[in-house]
Amino acid sequence: MTPAAEGNILTRPIAQLGQALVFLFTALSRMRLSRLQLGETLRQTYFVGVRSLVIIITCGFFVGLVLTLQTYDTLTRFGAGDAVSTVLSLSLFRELGPVLTAILFAGRAGTSVTAEIGLMKATEQLDALELMAIDPMERIVQPRLLAGLLAVPVLTLIFNLTALLGGVVFGIFMMGIDSNVFWGNMQSSVELGRDFGGGMFKAVAFGFLASWLAVYYGWTCKPTGEGVALATTQTVIATAIAVLLLDFVMTAMML
Amino acid sequence: MKSSHQIEFAAGVFLLLGIAALIFLALQATNGGNFNGGTYRLVADFSNIGGLKPRAPVSLGGVRIGTVESIELDPISFDARVTLAIDNEYDQLPDDSSAAILTSGILGDQYIGLEPGGSPDALQDGDRLLITSSAVVLEQLISRYLLNNDGDSP
Repeated sequence: MTPAAEGNILTRPIAQLGQALVFLFTALSRMRLSRLQLGETLRQTYFVGVRSLVIIITCGFFVGLVLTLQTYDTLTRFGAGDAVSTVLSLSLFRELGPVLTAILFAGRAGTSVTAEIGLMKATEQLDALELMAIDPMERIVQPRLLAGLLAVPVLTLIFNLTALLGGVVFGIFMMGIDSNVFWGNMQSSVELGRDFGGGMFKAVAFGFLASWLAVYYGWTCKPTGEGVALATTQTVIATAIAVLLLDFVMTAMML
Repeated sequence: MKSSHQIEFAAGVFLLLGIAALIFLALQATNGGNFNGGTYRLVADFSNIGGLKPRAPVSLGGVRIGTVESIELDPISFDARVTLAIDNEYDQLPDDSSAAILTSGILGDQYIGLEPGGSPDALQDGDRLLITSSAVVLEQLISRYLLNNDGDSP
């Protein structure tokens, strides 16, 4: 498959969307439970998940820190500084955690998946696999799809955890909010199913979206150096747009 | 390049870390940590509920003992029928307890405050609170004050 290049500026994105859907259905229809590459999936989870930990933890911590700083500054004007943990936890669990994790994931892991598959294509490794009667969909695509689906929710949880840690560091240690008030306000305002569960549902959807787009752009890139570079860029752009769009739709449906 | 065993081990640790984060966040940062064996329903009719919303707290003596589950309009009496979900822990409320719609602070959210009565019998699931007092609507209060005021006193 090569990128949908025909047509004008209006029809090309639609053709690409259709191509991405056809690609996804092909990958899913060739999925057989008995031949699921669990070992390979776990190895890919290492590459896309564990390798993303540093950026997720660093960004999560500072997002939590700056979010607490900004909301605390504003809320104290209304004498409601104690509500900072409510704002922090609700905005993290509902929106920021899943969305930022998915976008960071696209930048850190999605690009490497695209480039890897693109290079396999450029160096004709995919053709070689097919010659050996190994289905590259089954061997290459499916483990990476599953790994992203697995890694993004876990990364979201870790992002939320470190962001809360940032909030604790600023709110409790630096501003001196009582820790019982901090956690108590959070516990009374965050609902397990609606707020936390809804956010995790988003994380699963975004994980699926991010890994699907990463694999798709790698699979359909032009088998040249430029083609791989272009596909890598497109992965980040497409994932960021798709995640923010889907986030709006899901939020509108859930609220 | 790391060996395949190390990679699988790291991936396993990663997944376990995710589960640990899930358990910590679910218990420490949400209301899911204080499950106490379910709730039972009480019904109260109000002539006016003001700005009361579903999921508003129900408290007794300032302690939160449940939430507002649903609000409907009784099609015959035109009263607002509020269903309360009270934690099972508090199943000894006297059956002559009264309910009032109160406001936390001047501009705060509205909630239901229960006032215990003195009856020896306890309210059961599905029972109705007979004594209720409606929300104080600020506009009505102001207009009443203005109309009763004949001009010479403030």
